[in-house]
Amino acid sequence: MTNFLPERIYRDPRIARVAFVALGALLLVLPFVVEAGMGRTWVRILDFAMLYVMLALGLNIVVGYAGLLDLGYVAFYAVGAYFYAILASPQFGIHLPWWALLPTGAGIACLFGVLLGAPTLRLRGDYLAIVTLGFGEIIRIFLNNLNAPVNVTNGPQGINMVDPVTIAGSALTKPMDLFGIQISGAHAHYYLFLALTLLVIFIAFRLQGSRIGRAWAAIREDEVAAEAMGINTRNIKLLAFAMGATFGGLGGGLFAAFQGFVSPESFTLMESIMILCMVVLGGMGHIPGVILGALLLTMLPELLRYIGPLQQELVGRVVVDPSDLRMLLFGVALVLVMLFRPQGLWPSPVRARELHPENPDEVRQEQEALYDAER
Amino acid sequence: MRSKLLIAAMLASATLSVGAVETIKVGVVAPLTGPQAHLGKDIENGARLAVDAINATNPSLGGKPVQFSLQAEDDQADPKTATVVAQKLVDEGAKGVVGHLNSGASIPASRIYSDNGIPQVSPASTAVAYTHQGFKTTFRLMANDSQQGKALGQYAVKLGKRVAVVDDRTAYGQGLIDEVVKAVKAAGGEVVGREYTTDKSTDFTAIMTSIKAKKPDVVVFGGMDPQAAPMIRQMRTLGMKTHFMGGDGMQSAEFLKLAGNSAEGAIGSSPGLPLEKMPGGADFTKRFGEKFGKVQIYAPFSHDAAVVLIQAMLRAGSAEPAQYLPELGKTQVDGVIGPIAFDDKGDLKDGPVTLYQVKDGKWQAVETIGGPPAK
Amino acid sequence: MDVLLQQVLNGLILGSLYAMVALGYTMVYGILELINFAHGEIVMLGAMVAVTVLAVLAALGVPVPLALLSALAAAVAVCVSTGVLVERVAYRPLRNAPRLAPLITAIGVSIVLQNLAMIVWGRQYLSFPPVLDIQIYEVAGATVTNVQILIVAVAAVTMGGLLVLVRRTRLGRAMRATAQNREVAGLMGVDVNRVIAATFAVGSALAAVAGLLIAAYYGIAHYNMGFILGLKAFSAAVLGGIGNIPGALLGGLLLGVIESLGAGYIGDLTGGFLGSHYQDIFAFFILILVLVFRPSGLLGERVPDRA
Repeated sequence: MTNFLPERIYRDPRIARVAFVALGALLLVLPFVVEAGMGRTWVRILDFAMLYVMLALGLNIVVGYAGLLDLGYVAFYAVGAYFYAILASPQFGIHLPWWALLPTGAGIACLFGVLLGAPTLRLRGDYLAIVTLGFGEIIRIFLNNLNAPVNVTNGPQGINMVDPVTIAGSALTKPMDLFGIQISGAHAHYYLFLALTLLVIFIAFRLQGSRIGRAWAAIREDEVAAEAMGINTRNIKLLAFAMGATFGGLGGGLFAAFQGFVSPESFTLMESIMILCMVVLGGMGHIPGVILGALLLTMLPELLRYIGPLQQELVGRVVVDPSDLRMLLFGVALVLVMLFRPQGLWPSPVRARELHPENPDEVRQEQEALYDAER
Repeated sequence: MRSKLLIAAMLASATLSVGAVETIKVGVVAPLTGPQAHLGKDIENGARLAVDAINATNPSLGGKPVQFSLQAEDDQADPKTATVVAQKLVDEGAKGVVGHLNSGASIPASRIYSDNGIPQVSPASTAVAYTHQGFKTTFRLMANDSQQGKALGQYAVKLGKRVAVVDDRTAYGQGLIDEVVKAVKAAGGEVVGREYTTDKSTDFTAIMTSIKAKKPDVVVFGGMDPQAAPMIRQMRTLGMKTHFMGGDGMQSAEFLKLAGNSAEGAIGSSPGLPLEKMPGGADFTKRFGEKFGKVQIYAPFSHDAAVVLIQAMLRAGSAEPAQYLPELGKTQVDGVIGPIAFDDKGDLKDGPVTLYQVKDGKWQAVETIGGPPAK
Repeated sequence: MDVLLQQVLNGLILGSLYAMVALGYTMVYGILELINFAHGEIVMLGAMVAVTVLAVLAALGVPVPLALLSALAAAVAVCVSTGVLVERVAYRPLRNAPRLAPLITAIGVSIVLQNLAMIVWGRQYLSFPPVLDIQIYEVAGATVTNVQILIVAVAAVTMGGLLVLVRRTRLGRAMRATAQNREVAGLMGVDVNRVIAATFAVGSALAAVAGLLIAAYYGIAHYNMGFILGLKAFSAAVLGGIGNIPGALLGGLLLGVIESLGAGYIGDLTGGFLGSHYQDIFAFFILILVLVFRPSGLLGERVPDRA
């Protein structure tokens, strides 16, 4: 699936330019096309999809680049969201501007990334997973309960009436008139999210190709060897957590401003697992794959909703609840992907060979290498 | 020849006038799938009964004949889905909404309805915050948790001055218990202990032991029946003979099933009157039974919600929300559930709360607190 | 003082349940170095099957002891077949894959089992039929019921049985050998696949028993009950020393007592800042502390490596 066009097409700069321009134009008009074809609700779904693209790219840094299985990623998302909500809502009566809160929130999440990453540095894969899971749950439980003695998070009721992003004095959530075109809240947020998502993609690409990115790859492949080659594994791992957390925190702040309402129910373990699914199913460590994974896993469940009425028409009654099916299909997809295509739907060529080598001798070599490393 | 022309003209005018019937869309939102689906369907059916009955009377608005159509949407009792669905209803031109069921869904959705000026009447949400957000469009037909908590607290102190409370840290449970605590203190009782749990726990031996040591006369639990049932069981096996009280989350057939013999003597409250005692109860049960079967809980309330919305439109002579919203606030009608009038926040004036006790394995109504003064 | 005794007793009961589930985790980890996330769901399956069968039999008027035994047998049958099937289909192909893969698969299996149970049994809570005659005994100011005593007794017996299995039988020896070094054990004539399947079978049978006891004790069974229980039991296994059978018992009991005492006294200890709703966090905190400061656990011999 990696190369379905002749090689020279990828290399021709003119074709690349045309492709970019076409893609850019498509992205610009996409919300209008979607609304005309499928209704405004789908534009909102598109907005959420982009939010998840940001989150998935963040988790991709931790899991895909550095190979650290983080099951508590949603904690950073939550920190970003609550930070924004607490300081831009009637909760304390503070209403700081969004352009100050979003970056600061990302920064606070970054700090949390370092805090949560620090105790895990010596842990091996499975233990790391469980500990990060524990952290994720601990954060959620604290957010759910920090409303006594001092009401910080308003407990399980969540924080409502969070200030939206305002541009030139008008809130992005209210419909606007721009050059004679009606732009609804959902459309406006689409462009905001698109801009930030492109920024995140850009940063992710640059990180991947940088020295840090290569250090992450080295640690992922063989930590002992990486240490032996002079890489400061401790700092590099912390950096992975920090960068991933930063993107998570940014996504969280945007989520709070978009939805206007944050509650602990949005930040459960299932969310962490879903974001992990997006990374794994899409193609761990490969940016286009991760984007694909995020888009698919946000949009497909919405399509599942139509199965209810479809069953009604075909069979006369709803045999299986579509919402029940959703998580079941997730689980099945995870297992199937791991068994038959662990490199994901759209892997980078390097990882494809790594995880699914065609040459049986390579497989044996891999196994022996792993075996030796553990003794 | 002339008679043929006459007939043709009559037919033409008949078809024209039929074609000129305007359809006014009213939305109804509740969890139609998932664990509370039976309650959600109940809400939809109650509203449908009302709309069908009104349509059968050939209503007219501002001199023109109209028909009302009901659009049912599923919010899955999830705050995020609730906002998506609310936006959908607004986009598709609903002029009023009956819904939602869960306070956790009604509250975030209410912001969207309010931003667009669409009145919302909830047949089931009891959280106080729902009508206290400063929105002009939120109404409800049930006594809220403040009234329910007061009733519980007052009754508890009648049973004994030492009261211990437990809440499940959800928006509902915590809100209810906060009100109970206030009412107990106001009635001269003493809150000897307050413990917390979650809406997923099953083991309460630790907190029950703690409470037992404080020797209360009554234990009040704010939460749902899957927790209340094991809680009362564990209380009895610890040898505690204290009274056990809970809110409408516990006052259900499920509780009886799950708690078995230990349920005997438990007291639960429910906003509103028992179906048999409602002024329109017997008639409603018959009419509902012919079309939809057994009433679960909320059908009479959603029926009256739809009636109240549509009647306000008819009184104002217009279905435009801006026109009929003031009329809605001035509602004074005798519904199935009893006299309906709203206070300035949109809460039901003089909303009654009924207390039930388990006797011989069945819930029996014991006392009704509140409600309109006798005429 | 009797409050303290009661809390400790509560903790021991809870701990015995954790211990039985922890055994399954520890055995599988010892042999495969895999955290079987799905194990908690197997406990849940055991509980659901047992409750369903028992309800049917009780309604038919079958005498209680026979009904209980049949329910137990049904639960064991379903759990063992599920456990072995999962191992065969989802874990065996990935035995030599990099560590991430079986872990993610285990999460996937856990989700699948949970949701299958939800589809089959619905989201309603199932109630354990009132066939048990609960007797309450007073002991030094605290209360104990016959069901609680039964739980502790069963935990002790299964522990003993398991130790006998592992230390005195051929299968046990084969298990220990496979746990030490899979390849060499294979060279010495051990059918590694069969031993691994047997390990899953034994662990799943224990899970079935634990499931039945949990349903009997709390009176309810629910498709969601496996997950948190599994996490806590895993924490207990790590606390005692993963791969170590007496460690699982010790870890389970300790975790139960810590949770009980913690939930009971935390309000007083922190002046109301933290309350008993933080009960679930104890398991996670203990897990993190143990893994950071003493990764081999209390009784453990194996030290997790870095890579």
